[in-house]
Amino acid sequence: MCKAADYLSKDTAWCAGCGNFAIREALAEALAQLKLAPHRILLCSGIGQAAKIPHYLRVNGFNGLHGRALPPAVGAKIANTSLKVIVESGDGDTYGEGGNHFIHTIRRNPDLAHFVHNNQVYGLTKGQASPTSDEGMRTTIQTSGVILPAFNPLAVALVMGAGFVARCFSGEKEHLMTTMKQALEFRGYALIDILQPCVSFNKVNTYAWYKKRVYFPQQHEQTDWNAALTLAREWGDQIPLGIFYNVPRATFESRIPALAHDQTALGTRPFDPASLASIQNEFL
Amino acid sequence: MNILIGGAAGQGMETIAHLLGKALARAGFGVLTAKDYMSRVRGGHNFTRLRIAAETPWMAEDVTQLLVALNEETYSLHRQLLAENGKIIYDPDLFSITTDTGNLVPLPLESLSIKAGNKIMANTVAVGAVLALLSQDTSLVETLLLENFNPELAAQNITALHLGYSAAAKYCDGCFSLPQSKKSERQLYLDGNQTLGMAALASGCRFLAAYPMTPATGIMAYLAEKQESHGVVVEQAEDEIAAVNMVLGAAFSGARALTCTSGGGFSLMVEGVSLAGMTETPLVIVMAMRPGPATGLPTRTEQGDLEFVLHAGHGEFPRAILSATHIEDAFFRLNKAFDLAEKYQIPVIFLSDQHFADTARTVPPFDFGKLCYDRHLLTAETLTKPYRRYRYTASGVSPRALPGQFPHETVLADSDEHDEDGHIIEDAETRRRMTEKRLRKLESLAQEMEEPNLFGDQSGEVLLIGWGSTYGALREACIILQNKHVRASHLHFADLWPLPASSIKTLFLHFKQKICVENNATGQFSALIRRETGLVADRAILKFDGRPFLANEIVREVERNV
Repeated sequence: MCKAADYLSKDTAWCAGCGNFAIREALAEALAQLKLAPHRILLCSGIGQAAKIPHYLRVNGFNGLHGRALPPAVGAKIANTSLKVIVESGDGDTYGEGGNHFIHTIRRNPDLAHFVHNNQVYGLTKGQASPTSDEGMRTTIQTSGVILPAFNPLAVALVMGAGFVARCFSGEKEHLMTTMKQALEFRGYALIDILQPCVSFNKVNTYAWYKKRVYFPQQHEQTDWNAALTLAREWGDQIPLGIFYNVPRATFESRIPALAHDQTALGTRPFDPASLASIQNEFL
Repeated sequence: MNILIGGAAGQGMETIAHLLGKALARAGFGVLTAKDYMSRVRGGHNFTRLRIAAETPWMAEDVTQLLVALNEETYSLHRQLLAENGKIIYDPDLFSITTDTGNLVPLPLESLSIKAGNKIMANTVAVGAVLALLSQDTSLVETLLLENFNPELAAQNITALHLGYSAAAKYCDGCFSLPQSKKSERQLYLDGNQTLGMAALASGCRFLAAYPMTPATGIMAYLAEKQESHGVVVEQAEDEIAAVNMVLGAAFSGARALTCTSGGGFSLMVEGVSLAGMTETPLVIVMAMRPGPATGLPTRTEQGDLEFVLHAGHGEFPRAILSATHIEDAFFRLNKAFDLAEKYQIPVIFLSDQHFADTARTVPPFDFGKLCYDRHLLTAETLTKPYRRYRYTASGVSPRALPGQFPHETVLADSDEHDEDGHIIEDAETRRRMTEKRLRKLESLAQEMEEPNLFGDQSGEVLLIGWGSTYGALREACIILQNKHVRASHLHFADLWPLPASSIKTLFLHFKQKICVENNATGQFSALIRRETGLVADRAILKFDGRPFLANEIVREVERNV
């Protein structure tokens, strides 16, 4: 069996103090506690600082294109349902460039865990606004401050029918780790939007800024969709953390005829072209 | 014998062509049907050409012996194509024709349909009428109706068929005689998209993600219908970007996977093509061309995207491009595309077009035993530990393992430049070595490309050069020229890139006039030949009006200068 340290690999290219470190360590701990063997795990990502994570964890990885972390993950899961598929990327990659895939992956409800590193800013391109930047944030591009309202990923996920919707904060690592465990064990699409300070480019949403605002709601019923939506829309002086919604529904894979009754990976099912000769009879 | 069936979208021309085509195919005739349709659901003007011969025709012909005009527009647009003793079937209750009195077969199609029980069977009435004029009995069509409809609907349609048959027989009983058919031979009757769909299934393709786009959608429809019976997964993606990336994910974790699209959708996939090149993930894309730019002519044909697919994707990486020439060949060539994609871990683009996709022909059954299925994967015996996805090799092909295939071994694919393990690097030396590793595959890939097919002598007056779906028109044009005692040969490329260039170098020396014939405006393939070999064709015959070449058009152009 693996310890958390066994999942960690390579030096990272992240800035000292970056929220990504805690996310990586929490995930390694969650994987170790769930006793998931590295070769049974596939971590898909897009492009950005957060999306470099497949290089820093010793599991299978598909580090694809900017904004396109989800489609390869869906394809990979269909091809081999026995893989534990995790998607990790940043807020720009997931909610901006990849917004369309975010919406439609939720509709599909494949069995995958989606961990979004949300630092409300573009890090790798050095400090432009992201879809989740608060109105008014000044950047080198948004010179008079962001004029668009922020994208609300959790509200969108709830409205689209996601079964597992949570918010964590990289400064609450233990809570993040246990929430990740629950997301990994959830059958279906599970989203954790993880608030994470960018120490280099986000001078507004700092550790102190988040620390002052985050709280754990008491007595929240995780099956109450309306209450979940109310929490998802709460932002500003008070930012709730936790699992807002947790109600599984039928997964994508369970509704696909070729996958529902056969757990064998598509690529390893026995096949002989000659045995298919009779398929041409419909054209006789 | 040529029949042209025309009307507004929604009048059931396709059903007429399908019933007649399939019945005549079962009767042993060589049959070809080609669709010409507009990008609309109702109205407009659509038509199908049906050609019947002893041997399977290669291409439709312009001149028509029988015109089935379901609306007045069909008559006015196609009247000039009618042969001297040709016949026109039409419904005098819908419109009247005052000239051509000797050619008319006026039949109350709609009222006969109502008499049979329902006014929507006018097309079935027309099928009965055509059978009468061709001196064919109705039994084969009756069988087809019983196969395709519930008993009640089939019975109504059979009544409609009989009413059409006897009404037409009064005008002209057996006024056309068909050639002798090969009754004993079993033959398939299918179109290009069905051929490619079946080839994918028979090649072990287990996953297709695509976004519907004419003229590629038929491939998607074929595989979708086989989901439950053959364990294939078809996912309609939210866009072509998702489609190609899903396919790459599925291929990465081991499924043989496919996507299909046309030019506009391919434009969206281009970054994914580059990703396949960098991650060395097998990728097969059927790219069914239609005229661009932008939305262009959505339901028509062109060979305008060769240059595009040759260069699509940023950066330098190896790829293969194959094309659909005719049904008999395309079935096996798409199988080759799957094999090359996995053997070399590269993107393979298979070029089809609307003309190939929508033309149905009779062909002998395929020998499925000739299909190859080798996944080119690492085995436990050949695994070197630790596994490195991008291990340097002499061939440039790194042994491919799948995630989860070997305990304790992980597989990392990366769109950034990477080292042998797949980890991001930025150093100059690794970058240089990895680029060389990827491009080295081209050397052996080039050996896999099939030389073009030569029809005719190795020397002569005229060498017609083509690629892709113009095969049929060129083949027939060549025969017509030979019959006119022009020493013509036809050289046709199916594998396009890396360009197999040996035979053309020799043949160029032995023909007086080398003519490159292409369904585009700029002569993209002649440019490719020039770029790769330095050889310059003497002439180009180009057609870019959205319609396929007909043989006699090519002959006319050739004769202009011989």
